[in-house]
Amino acid sequence: MNRFEYERAGTLAEAIGAEGAFLAGGTNLLDLMKIGVQAPARLVDISRLPLTEIEPVEGGLRIGAMVRNSTLARDPQVLAKYPALAEALLSGASAQLRNAASTGGNVMQATRCSYYQDPLSPCNRRNPGSGCGALGGETRNHAVLGWTEGCIATHPSDMCVALAAYDAVVEISGPEGARSVAMAEFHPLPDAQGAGDAPLAAGEIITHIRLPDPGAMARHARYVKLRERTSFAFAIVSAAAALAVEDGRITQARLALGGVAARPWRCRTAEAALLGQPATIETFTRAAELALEGASPSGANEAKIRLARKIAIRALERAAAGTPERLPALPASLFAGDDNG
Amino acid sequence: MADMMTAGGHVRLGSNAGQGLTRRDGVLKVTGGAGYAADCRPEGLLHAVTASAGIARGRVTHLDVAAAEAHPGVVKVYTHANALPLALSPDNKIHPFVWRMDALQSDEVRYAGQPIALVVAHSLEAATEGARLLAPQYDAQPARVTLDDAEPYETDTTAFGRPSGHSSGDIEAARAAADSHLTTTVETPSQYHNPLEPHAITAQWHGDQLEIDTPNQAIGLAKQTIAAFLGIDPSQILLRSPFLGGGFGAKAIVFGAQFLTILAARDLGQPVKMVLRRDQMYGPVGHRAPTRQTLQLDLDAEGHILALEHDTITTTSTFDQFLESASNASHSVYATSALRTEHHARRADIGTPGPMRAPGEASGSAALEIAMDVAAEARGMDPLAFRRLNYAKIDPSTGLAFSSKALEECYAKAAEAFGWEGRPLAPRQMREGRLLKGWGMGTAQFPCPMFQAAAHATLRADGSAVIETSAADMGQGAWTALAQIAADGLGIDVDKVEFRSGRSDLPDAGVAGGSGHTATAGNALFNAGADAVRQMVDLATNDPASPLFGAGNLGVTARGGRLHRNDDDRSESYEDILARAGLELLRGEGKASREGTPERAMFSHGGVFAEVLVDPDLGQIRVSRLIGAFAAGRIINPRLARSQLLGGMIWGIGFALHEEALHDARTGRFVNNDFAGYHVPVNADVPMIEAMTVHEDDPFVNALGIKGVGEIGVTGTVGAIANAVWHATGIRPARFPIHPESLI
Amino acid sequence: MTFNLNLTINGTAQQIALDDPRVTLLDVLRERVGLTGTKKGCDRGQCGACTVLIDGQRMNACLALALSYDGAEITTIEGLAKGETLHPVQAAFVAHDGFQCGYCTPGQIMSAVGLIAEGEAGLDPERVREGMSGNLCRCAAYAGITEAVLEATREMSAQEGTSA
Repeated sequence: MNRFEYERAGTLAEAIGAEGAFLAGGTNLLDLMKIGVQAPARLVDISRLPLTEIEPVEGGLRIGAMVRNSTLARDPQVLAKYPALAEALLSGASAQLRNAASTGGNVMQATRCSYYQDPLSPCNRRNPGSGCGALGGETRNHAVLGWTEGCIATHPSDMCVALAAYDAVVEISGPEGARSVAMAEFHPLPDAQGAGDAPLAAGEIITHIRLPDPGAMARHARYVKLRERTSFAFAIVSAAAALAVEDGRITQARLALGGVAARPWRCRTAEAALLGQPATIETFTRAAELALEGASPSGANEAKIRLARKIAIRALERAAAGTPERLPALPASLFAGDDNG
Repeated sequence: MADMMTAGGHVRLGSNAGQGLTRRDGVLKVTGGAGYAADCRPEGLLHAVTASAGIARGRVTHLDVAAAEAHPGVVKVYTHANALPLALSPDNKIHPFVWRMDALQSDEVRYAGQPIALVVAHSLEAATEGARLLAPQYDAQPARVTLDDAEPYETDTTAFGRPSGHSSGDIEAARAAADSHLTTTVETPSQYHNPLEPHAITAQWHGDQLEIDTPNQAIGLAKQTIAAFLGIDPSQILLRSPFLGGGFGAKAIVFGAQFLTILAARDLGQPVKMVLRRDQMYGPVGHRAPTRQTLQLDLDAEGHILALEHDTITTTSTFDQFLESASNASHSVYATSALRTEHHARRADIGTPGPMRAPGEASGSAALEIAMDVAAEARGMDPLAFRRLNYAKIDPSTGLAFSSKALEECYAKAAEAFGWEGRPLAPRQMREGRLLKGWGMGTAQFPCPMFQAAAHATLRADGSAVIETSAADMGQGAWTALAQIAADGLGIDVDKVEFRSGRSDLPDAGVAGGSGHTATAGNALFNAGADAVRQMVDLATNDPASPLFGAGNLGVTARGGRLHRNDDDRSESYEDILARAGLELLRGEGKASREGTPERAMFSHGGVFAEVLVDPDLGQIRVSRLIGAFAAGRIINPRLARSQLLGGMIWGIGFALHEEALHDARTGRFVNNDFAGYHVPVNADVPMIEAMTVHEDDPFVNALGIKGVGEIGVTGTVGAIANAVWHATGIRPARFPIHPESLI
Repeated sequence: MTFNLNLTINGTAQQIALDDPRVTLLDVLRERVGLTGTKKGCDRGQCGACTVLIDGQRMNACLALALSYDGAEITTIEGLAKGETLHPVQAAFVAHDGFQCGYCTPGQIMSAVGLIAEGEAGLDPERVREGMSGNLCRCAAYAGITEAVLEATREMSAQEGTSA
């Protein structure tokens, strides 16, 4: 790791516009610095910014960017109204990492593409114009949606998939003032050169995540995650789903996929197709087809398209069945014990 | 020791062995008090970090040494341009546990991850950044890292001088007589040992005396290796390795980065510590090489195996040889009238493979057990019944009788505990909720080698004892189990035994490998104790003042710190005997090895039964139950033996479902050389597991009847899981790890 | 530039002069303070061997920049026992053979202490397994670890019951 200047921002005003990399929980930034992927000359420690409230606001919930992942996952308001968010958080990383990782940092975490993580490989994301090292390499974990030959990386967050499904909004403050971006649009998709617009301009900082009230979907929301290891593994594919069902018909629907694209993939066409339909496996299967419309393998990962369809169906089925009173012992797991024949 | 080879050499141990004592090093390990090599902090310590090659083949053309040396805190940079010389050619093999000593001899790169420089600095942070600042440039050649890219070559041996092929019986005749011919192909990937403790060393010179702390599984051999490459006498070296943070074979060898650290410490005149980063554990410190295995079973109409053929293709490095001898796993498990095994080698641009927990046996057993299941299916037989039908009553590869073999008892015990009876023959018959459920089994088998060991046992005037041998405890429990054996050899309580171990100035305990350490070092310790007792008996029985006077050796038994006459109830304590003789100490010496050609086939055995749940839509697998029963001769400490067996079985879960190191085929670099990418099992992967043991007296394997438990758990288990996956899904796994997408 | 880092480690306030901002909490403990019980297995938050309690929460010390935790209370494996008396989690790990080589053990034990304090796993073995899955054990002593955590949970709640 390079030698850097270290400074702690005591107030939001001090942080906004500060030059350097923001250090919050450190679980991603320090890791990237250790492997030589990032080498900021200056670290601005924002971990003590007073952005640690989870507060009900009109029409929903507002989460401070410095709220730790574990705190967010066990917050009673989150558990009651946004259980798929809690389930997604608890299925991610380890208890130790969740205790350190912040909400804003989770949103900002870098791809786990092994070519991005290898400074010797070309990578348009890390080194614009150098090419995509992943293309033609080991691509089992790479994108099947929204990719270009410039970049086939995926976003690794579980939390963001649930947030995207919940219509979360990212609140940003910067030298030019405050702005908001939908979670589902926050992470740029790559253009042909592999780059996209940076999610944050220089000096901008995520201050909050705002969640609208899920209404009747509150207790019909789940996150499901496929991985090879039972725990402590990134998703091969994942899905967050939330439904409202009245008189046997779906009145509201949310679906987002993880592990398939450079952003959590909100499936609006599928959602629209769910509305007014009975909450049956046939309905969910048709929606899943639509969710993966346009998907194509970026390498030897064609199976991922099938898996993504299946995980979308499973998430919808579980959401339709209702969120259990208490989250399962193995959150988001296929072995959570709540899929009946 | 020839007398150990015949029945009747079996020694009755006292009451210490056989008890499930908790670990004698337990408190140290739960309080942070157990010292590992990287914990050393001698005065004036410098930190060293190696720079690793970022190509798999070619030359280093530039290293920015100036930038590294300019980094604050950096003391010195060693590269091929200023490498410190070795006293021997790096390819010299002074004993079988020497791999090529890669110590910056040239600018040539032969594998990704090869050490190409060593940076020494005042702090770990400075050394780490110094290594990064070297920013190597290369003249790269195309990498050849897969079985298909690698270059074939012929060799007569696989590993440790073992022959690369075996043939017995008449294959052609057996095949002609057979009713069916079943071919099974199985691929296994590259796997990495990944002990939680990376290879580490702290080296300090005091004049021409070298003191090193480094984890090693073969302390005596390591000292020889280091002395030879330094060109000094082994007596000038003190190597400490009291605790290894796991080894699994990776720490049986002294590797280049460790040696470079020793050289740097001498050059700089200061202590130097080097700890590999996790990513640096991929390449320079050995691995389990990938295999492509083809088995053919030729069966008669009843399902007897008439011929068994097992071919393995595997890779080694371009500059050294170690072949994963997977085919050998078929030598001795099942009865067959004809047997042929072969190994075919390829040279790839990879670090040299090495022994990794159950080397050969793990990969080979995985394939063999799948082939057996394929055959059982083809015959419409229950997998256990099929294995019983082909139970080997003698070792088919040698014709020798087994020294002991309680495999049938293992099958019966594990099958009953598992509830195997009533298992539907066809796949996809069982469900748990939506999940597919399947049951599979496999036979576990592992040989019982012995190495050479020596030990001292010294009785002290106060009735306590010091036992000494340079054993290596990498978690198997040597600190405890060996002390139990030694206490019985001395006829005293284990609490009175002070055990000195894990350092090279003690008698050589041999290699902690091959699951033979407890047998080897244990027999040496027992013999040392018996030697001390013999001297004690001489003292007492020749002393008219002793109640034992005149009893003679055969008339005396040692137990509880006293010598007891066998002919009446008189006895005398060791303290009294020594006091009267005016002795502070009485030292016994012992050795152990297995001499001559064995007249029996010697193996531990077991039966492993697995239940898996598989998501029918997404293919994710969980081993919901795993039960094994093992017969491994005398169990010295059932608590620790169970832990060893469970650990091996969980390695089987990792082998079956998780572990696979991937190279980018273009660059030869790893794409998953960390714990996020290279998965090993986590706690949640092990919901229910049990290992039982079956009593077994083995009068042939060694005087104490000890076999081994360290590796056998991996064998049998991998196949059992794969077979359970078939039973759940109807899909026969053909490669490991079994990926979810291969099941949907 | 020297940074003055204030940490309370195992109940003792310490001021540590850091000449380098890059030092992680793990390397402060191991290389600067000499508390080597906390182990480094991957240095990237992927194995859990470096788990310590920071202000009562279990975290990976390898991904904690030391300067960022100025003023924090740190509990390491060395601070768990009371004199010769082992913490119930330590005692249970010995009794259930919840380790073999011992290298991951300090991290496992600190993680277990954190898990029990979180109070969410209780006596549900599956929740204990999931909650302990951030700590790799390559020797694979998982069965013993789970048994040990369950026993320590029972023991500690019994102690709480008697002291209340």
